[in-house]
Amino acid sequence: MQYYLSIILSGISLGGQYALIAIGYTMVYGILRLINFAHGDVFMVAGLMLVYLSAWLPLPVSLPLMLLLTAALGFLIERAAYKPLRSAPRMSSMISAIGVSYLLQNLATYVTGGLPQMYPKIPFLSDTVVIAGVSTKWVTIITPFLVLALVIALTQLINHSKVGMAMRAVAKDFETSQLMGIKINSVISATFIIGSFLAGLGSMLYFTNYQSIVPLSGALPGLRAFVAAVFGGIGSIPGAVVGAFIIGISETVIKGSDWSVFSDAFTFALLIIILVVKPTGLFGEKTTDKV
Amino acid sequence: MLQEKRNRSGMIAVVGLTLALLALVLVLENTIKPTHMIFIVLKKSAVYALVASSMNLLNGFTGLFSLGQAGFMLLGAYTYSILTIPVESRESVYYIYGGSAIKFSLPELFGGGGVGLVLGVLVALILGGCVAALVAWLIGLPVLRLKSDYLAIATLGFGEIIRAVFQWDKLGPITNGANALKNFPTFSSFNIENADGQVVLRLSAFVPMLLAAVCIGILLLLINSSYGRAFKAIREDEIAAEAMGINLAKHKRLAFCISSFFTGVGGGMFAMFANQAQAKNFVTSMTYEILLIVVIGGIGSISGSCIASFLYVAASEWWLRFLDSEAYIGDFKVPLLRTGFRMVVFSVIIMIVVLFFRRGLMGDKELPDLFRMLRSRKTRKEAAK
Repeated sequence: MQYYLSIILSGISLGGQYALIAIGYTMVYGILRLINFAHGDVFMVAGLMLVYLSAWLPLPVSLPLMLLLTAALGFLIERAAYKPLRSAPRMSSMISAIGVSYLLQNLATYVTGGLPQMYPKIPFLSDTVVIAGVSTKWVTIITPFLVLALVIALTQLINHSKVGMAMRAVAKDFETSQLMGIKINSVISATFIIGSFLAGLGSMLYFTNYQSIVPLSGALPGLRAFVAAVFGGIGSIPGAVVGAFIIGISETVIKGSDWSVFSDAFTFALLIIILVVKPTGLFGEKTTDKV
Repeated sequence: MLQEKRNRSGMIAVVGLTLALLALVLVLENTIKPTHMIFIVLKKSAVYALVASSMNLLNGFTGLFSLGQAGFMLLGAYTYSILTIPVESRESVYYIYGGSAIKFSLPELFGGGGVGLVLGVLVALILGGCVAALVAWLIGLPVLRLKSDYLAIATLGFGEIIRAVFQWDKLGPITNGANALKNFPTFSSFNIENADGQVVLRLSAFVPMLLAAVCIGILLLLINSSYGRAFKAIREDEIAAEAMGINLAKHKRLAFCISSFFTGVGGGMFAMFANQAQAKNFVTSMTYEILLIVVIGGIGSISGSCIASFLYVAASEWWLRFLDSEAYIGDFKVPLLRTGFRMVVFSVIIMIVVLFFRRGLMGDKELPDLFRMLRSRKTRKEAAK
């Protein structure tokens, strides 16, 4: 019983961490129709940033600074690598995203010298707590609530603010919204900033659990979060969150069984099945192809 | 008629160029000392050229954006190595699983010796391609219904699934689980030795070049056939192509299977190059590497892919090596140079190509097109005089 409880608990918290990454994917895809392959690496870089920042600044300063820098990184990537390709075919911007991901990974290898970096202990989050006989870290308990609060705030932002309205308009129709006087560049930048900010937050929660960071540690969580976004219906934020929780829980369940090598295979099998059966995902909008 | 004549002269030029290149490699190999960096570059770039060309067939000519290359290479590499490990070394390679479940080895089945080696390796490579093509057909049934980026992500997922399956320890007696397969014939096995074990004729760089040249030649013939034209029509406009009577599903499946076949062959050759096959090496970043080669060479140009793979491999393995080690000019220590800097510079170059030279080296032109352009420019200049 305790065993199952601990698996479910860590599954839910892992799901929450994926959800924070998945939101970034889903928002960017919703607006630009671009799979931002570099998003997982932004997540990894956020982790590394905190490692280096916390070495010479106290945590209460370095944490917000890390979030700020991560948001800035997202903004910069969009301006440098995606904006020049906005009128190019979709494949070009996807290749550019892959290039950015390659660049970030290589930069991280260069800076860290390829050695795993220990993530700093964040007080309170790293403390252990015992719930119903299961000892776990506070981060496991807090993650789902934090994610829920953030998602509610984000949906409020999207449904009831001017930027949110602009985002929805741009997602619906790029050109028309431009004609209506929406500054699409700033809307897109805002999307990237929000997405990267959430990825930074996610990295804080994720690496508190996993502790060591290597340049490739962003790649797989990024892909899994992307699968979660597709599973929930890409473009839909509640969908991404639900998808992320499903992926996170099933991953920990499989990792705890005899089939642990297949945890990623299962995730991707799920992706292929959902793409074939219901390409729009659980909560996705139905789209029609225009000729 | 004119078109045909032009095509033929272009083809002759390409064949002549390839033969000259092969002869050059053969001469180089037997004159320069065999540990020279260029041979590693040549071998690896031959393998990458083949894989990049077959990716180009799919991504550049048919317009199907697939990212499953590493998975198909893995299939080819494993099929090749499982079928060619000599029987007596199977015990030591599969020591964890107490010997292999497969009790034969193709080169020995064909009688051993030189003939057995050539036949066995060829058959194993082709079988590796066939396995990849078969799996491609199966996976294509559901996946090819998807469009652009969904297809990319589904094939990417497929690569991950394949990797997990091959690392499963229940399959250990066949795949050796997560451990490497080794001791199979590699490119250096083709060096001809005399009775004393001295190398008489080195063929270890010539063989991969020849194999890659033959496979890429077949790809080129395919692209210039009516199938190739159908592929290009699908790339340009699926709906219009369908209206012209092209069976979309059939042609997409065909392109996917053929591309996977050659990727599988390339995977087998990669195993020969690396002297081992291990599932954990066939990761997504390998696919990305090949995709970047295709982009640098120009999407839709086979000769571009070949040139780019040579440049890419040479730059990353050879020319930019100096960036990885600390250097001094007099007493002055050059800043930034440190392990890993090479890859940073390299990825910056790639980003510059992707952002500012979107057409790559060749665009969608082939080498004969370039010759023709040069020639017509020259005649125009002469006419102007």
